Amino acid sequence: MNETIHMILRNRLAVAGGGIVLLLCSVALCAPILAPYDCNAIDVTAILLPPSVHHPCGTDELGRDVFSRMLFGARISLAVGFVAVGIATVLGVLVGALAGYYGRWIDSVLMRWVDTMLCVPDIFLILTVIAFIGEGIVNVMAVIGATSWMGVARLVRAEFLSLKEREFVLAARAAGAGDARIIFLHILPNALGPVFVSAILGVASAVLLESALSFLGLGVQPPDPSWGNILMEGKDNIEIAWWLSVFPGLAILVTVLGYNMLGEGLEDILQPRFKNRRY
Amino acid sequence: MLFYCFKRLLGMVPVFFGVTLLSFFIIQLAPGKPTDRLTDLNPRITPEARARLEQYYGLDKPIIIQYVAWLSRVVRFDFGTSFSSDARPVLEKIWDRSVPVLDRRLMVTFLINVISFVLIMIVAVPVGVLAAYRPHSWIDRITSVVVFVGFAAPKFWIALLLMMLFSVTLGWFPISGIKSLHYASLSETAQYLDRLRHLALPVFVSACGGIAGISRYLRASMLETLSSDFIVTARAKGLPESTVVFRHALRNALLPIITLLGLSVPGFVAGSVIFETIFGIPGMGQLSYQAIMMRDYPVIMGLLCITALLTMIGNLIADVCYAYSDPRIRMR
Repeated sequence: MNETIHMILRNRLAVAGGGIVLLLCSVALCAPILAPYDCNAIDVTAILLPPSVHHPCGTDELGRDVFSRMLFGARISLAVGFVAVGIATVLGVLVGALAGYYGRWIDSVLMRWVDTMLCVPDIFLILTVIAFIGEGIVNVMAVIGATSWMGVARLVRAEFLSLKEREFVLAARAAGAGDARIIFLHILPNALGPVFVSAILGVASAVLLESALSFLGLGVQPPDPSWGNILMEGKDNIEIAWWLSVFPGLAILVTVLGYNMLGEGLEDILQPRFKNRRY
Repeated sequence: MLFYCFKRLLGMVPVFFGVTLLSFFIIQLAPGKPTDRLTDLNPRITPEARARLEQYYGLDKPIIIQYVAWLSRVVRFDFGTSFSSDARPVLEKIWDRSVPVLDRRLMVTFLINVISFVLIMIVAVPVGVLAAYRPHSWIDRITSVVVFVGFAAPKFWIALLLMMLFSVTLGWFPISGIKSLHYASLSETAQYLDRLRHLALPVFVSACGGIAGISRYLRASMLETLSSDFIVTARAKGLPESTVVFRHALRNALLPIITLLGLSVPGFVAGSVIFETIFGIPGMGQLSYQAIMMRDYPVIMGLLCITALLTMIGNLIADVCYAYSDPRIRMR
């Protein structure tokens, strides 16, 4: 255990990424304490003010403090990231484990389904479903989760294909373990490393997707603050208010960068041989 | 080789079938009936007219029959007519024969993606090769940082920043559209130039992610190739370094990139939805966004099927090229 921690600490990419992620999570948790203003407080005397000492990131069309809104936006974007990735990981592990363990027609059917989902551009699918079932944070989480499990499924399937031939599986079966026990207690724990890495990288892409959806007006709905919907206001005021476009975008950039760095760093540590497979 | 192509073609059938199932299922998710949009806003609609409309679209029949009827039209490339006020066939909306070729939606999107693809290759290949040739040098470090940032920056944000800098502040490039208002009065050369000026920002935005991805992937692929035995042999033979790197190593390192490009077709289409909406470009992406917002079912279903088909064709071409250039693949 100690050795693992040492290895992680020696990897500068992982440490820097982990630092950013920790910082963001604590900012999100402490948003009510850190925010100088109520994020939904409308102030008609302070509409579209440029950044100043009172409003470090300026104010928006309704005179709300952009810095406070971004702090609360961090909560939403992290929540969406974690929940969506949770859904995607569970789905992907189930599909991949079933396909890899049972093989034959189950494998063919499930993998054709993965191919099918990969053929349809994700944002198109997500936009369509959201337009039909309605916007809102919960729907966004569910839909992003339901459309981003394919990578995990392929990964888990590949791990299962090789692991199920190993002797410890044979031993477990000889000892009388059932399929479910072998899948979840014997094989799966051995496949979790890459799953964990892909989950961390998945948070980054879920954050990106959520911001794109909110930017297009189909994600988190105002007055709930989200980095994406502040950027939408930025687009409407592109000729007068640069601060509405610059700061939330930077926040997204730093977040995604943090998760990507942590993910890639851990990937280096866990399995160097895994390096090239993710593209 | 022919057998391989045939096998891959056959493999596409279940996937296309899956896509039609998927898009049909999604439409069933929608609350109410697809015809509600046509009837709800009309105060004079009678129950008979409503029933007639439902019958016209086959909504009175069981779901299975609806699906089979729709599928049988889809395989003949008949996606029905749009629910929007122009009521044109879906195919005509995508490929409108009444306007110049360059203005047809599929062409607009296709052109932007092709140009940005060329740009990606022009930038990413030398960068990837340089970074791999001198790993951990300053050039490798700088490109690594740029690539990481390029991956992490949302496309629509890059688009916003570029619009702010080049369109609002500097005024070099137009902020939206694909041609100017006075387009018709320009000479032919000026017309092409005008189009290019409009395409500059969208092309750059859509190329950003690709440049980051391909250069990083090529770096990894080159590093692997440069350390293989045949490179040592080539060097031992006394071949000039440029021949070793570009003739021997790069050719082999580029192979996996081919499959990567086939897989990235859905990414191109997804990117088009975002940047065409931002830049107001009348292409496929904008059409899908509008159709989704207007709940224009025939157009949505048609576009889903067409993009999936394009993706499959992209994958097929990539796989065939890959098999053509690497005989080992064909044998599997």
